[in-house]
Amino acid sequence: MKNKWLAAPYVVWMALFVVAPLVLVVVFAFTSKTGGVTLDNFSSMGTYLPAFEHSFLLAIAATAICILIGYPLAYFLSRESLMVRKVAMMLIMLPMWMNFLLRTYAWMSILDDNGLINQFLSAIGFFSLVNGIFGTDLQAIHMINTQGAIVLGMVYNFLPFMVLPIFSVIDKIDPRVIEAAQDLGANGAMVFRKVIFPLSLPGVLSGVTMVFIPSVSTFALSRLLGGGKTLLLGDLIEMQFLGNAYNPHLGSAIALVMMVIVLVLMAIMNRFGEGEEGVAVL
Amino acid sequence: MSKELIRLSDCFMKFDDDVILDHINLYINDKEFLTLLGPSGCGKTTTLRIIGGFQKPTSGDVYFDGVRINDVPPHKRKVNTVFQKYALFTHMNIFENVAFGLRVNKVPDPKDPKRMIKVPESEVKQRVEEALALVNLAGYGKRSVNSLSGGQQQRVAIARAIVNRPQVLLLDEPLGALDLKLRKDMQIELKRIQQQVGITFIYVTHDQEEALTMSDTIVVMNEGKIQQIGTPEDIYNEPKNAFVADFIGESNIIDGIMHADKVVGMYGKKFQCLDGGFAPNEPVDVVIRPEDIDIVPEAEGQLTGTVTEVTFKGIHYDIIVDFRGFKWLIQTTDYSPVGARIGVKIDPDGFHIMKKSPYSGTFGDYSSYSSEYDELNEDRLEEEDGDEE
Repeated sequence: MKNKWLAAPYVVWMALFVVAPLVLVVVFAFTSKTGGVTLDNFSSMGTYLPAFEHSFLLAIAATAICILIGYPLAYFLSRESLMVRKVAMMLIMLPMWMNFLLRTYAWMSILDDNGLINQFLSAIGFFSLVNGIFGTDLQAIHMINTQGAIVLGMVYNFLPFMVLPIFSVIDKIDPRVIEAAQDLGANGAMVFRKVIFPLSLPGVLSGVTMVFIPSVSTFALSRLLGGGKTLLLGDLIEMQFLGNAYNPHLGSAIALVMMVIVLVLMAIMNRFGEGEEGVAVL
Repeated sequence: MSKELIRLSDCFMKFDDDVILDHINLYINDKEFLTLLGPSGCGKTTTLRIIGGFQKPTSGDVYFDGVRINDVPPHKRKVNTVFQKYALFTHMNIFENVAFGLRVNKVPDPKDPKRMIKVPESEVKQRVEEALALVNLAGYGKRSVNSLSGGQQQRVAIARAIVNRPQVLLLDEPLGALDLKLRKDMQIELKRIQQQVGITFIYVTHDQEEALTMSDTIVVMNEGKIQQIGTPEDIYNEPKNAFVADFIGESNIIDGIMHADKVVGMYGKKFQCLDGGFAPNEPVDVVIRPEDIDIVPEAEGQLTGTVTEVTFKGIHYDIIVDFRGFKWLIQTTDYSPVGARIGVKIDPDGFHIMKKSPYSGTFGDYSSYSSEYDELNEDRLEEEDGDEE
């Protein structure tokens, strides 16, 4: 049993950087600036309800879009040749090798009112055409600083986390199982609905987790792509620690509540996937 | 046997530059238990997959009940398959696994035959229970696939495949993953199921003993070619060439000359046999099964040799005897010590004469027979498992 000492570095790491901060968050959340134990941090949270609402709605939207784009992509990729799959995986991973902020700035200059898209549309005479037909005075399509732009940023940044787990689960489905379904009389659509999709659900569940959690807690995206108009939980928490509103106790409380909500959601989702093999999302 | 059901006509199959099937002609009768037998890579699984519709021959035709079915997809064929390693649906319980074939197919509405409807739930239930009872798994419906043993999963796979009442059941090495004892039980069970449901079974295996036990007809294949088709008795007693003789059971294969009908020469001596119809003095392969050889005192023997190795096998001894440099395997219940000089006597029906073939000289000498032999044999089986996956 000497081998268990090999786990020591990780255990120390976990204790120092995961468990200890978590304990600190809990302690901060239940104390006030003056040091006494209090529940004020939680009771005052009502004012921030819109932030909770926006965060969860936008994260749900981003996750749903990621499934809609990522699932078909992963499914068709799994049927391609090894070469195609390798190249496609590279392309999917490629953006992740670039700095997150850099990628987001790039989107800003694409979506801006004077950005690439609008310049392009203007150059091909799209706006004069529309204005000519409808008698409007449209100069640009407004895209930046909207909630849509935030969702776009989430989808763009987190899509690989949806594609990869789904792909790896579908890829591992035994081709004989699919042949067995065909053999028993299932046509293409039925094979997908009754065999491939149910067997791929564990991949979807872990994809959802990996997209939803970073989406719900993101803070830079709302500021850069949303123009700070939509206050999200990530921004709210950041403000409590670094901003003018400096109040780590409230920040901790919000973080704690968010964590509990996410945990509950994930638990419900895992209950859904029960009976499926190897669902280990959390 | 009854009428012809499936015919493979001049089926040729190439993958890249490898010839997988070399112009196969084969017909399969209704209600027949036919086994495709051969070593790894002989084309037996490919033949099965062509019948199942999972692969198309490069050239040649497949007929089912007189109709060409080359382009019919698997889900529209009246054959069902029991896959190697079962390929069960792990996301469904046993009942739903067996019911799958009923749920995905539509049947004519009894009230209005033009309308296609789902199989009514009451009928699904009844037929699934029948199928489970047939494989001795009555009452297992609610269990999950993973809670079953290998043998039980095997039975579920069979129940799932026969619930649609196919005319033909294809079985791709279905017993390969089971241990020896279970395999023997399942062999008898499969034969019983085949007789009970009264349909054609096409069975793929590399295990000659399995083939001999269950089949009405055995098709021995090697290198994409059919080597011999016949009943188990035919194949065992009258192998067509050295490959078949060696693959089906143990064989001593010796160079001989047919002096005349019923007279064969080996080692410069003449022996009485039962075969005929060869040209005078035609060179032939002589097959002598290890169990057809009697050990007698040296003076009484038709041939004499020296024992070089003795292995106890339980029911008998495997004795290797050196006859002028060519080593024979003899299976006998009489013990002879290593180094003993012995004589052998072979009855006329112990000789099986085969025409010379490309396989002549490649099989049938037991010079290399030793404990190593068994290991080699096992390697071959493992290899088989590996590449058929």
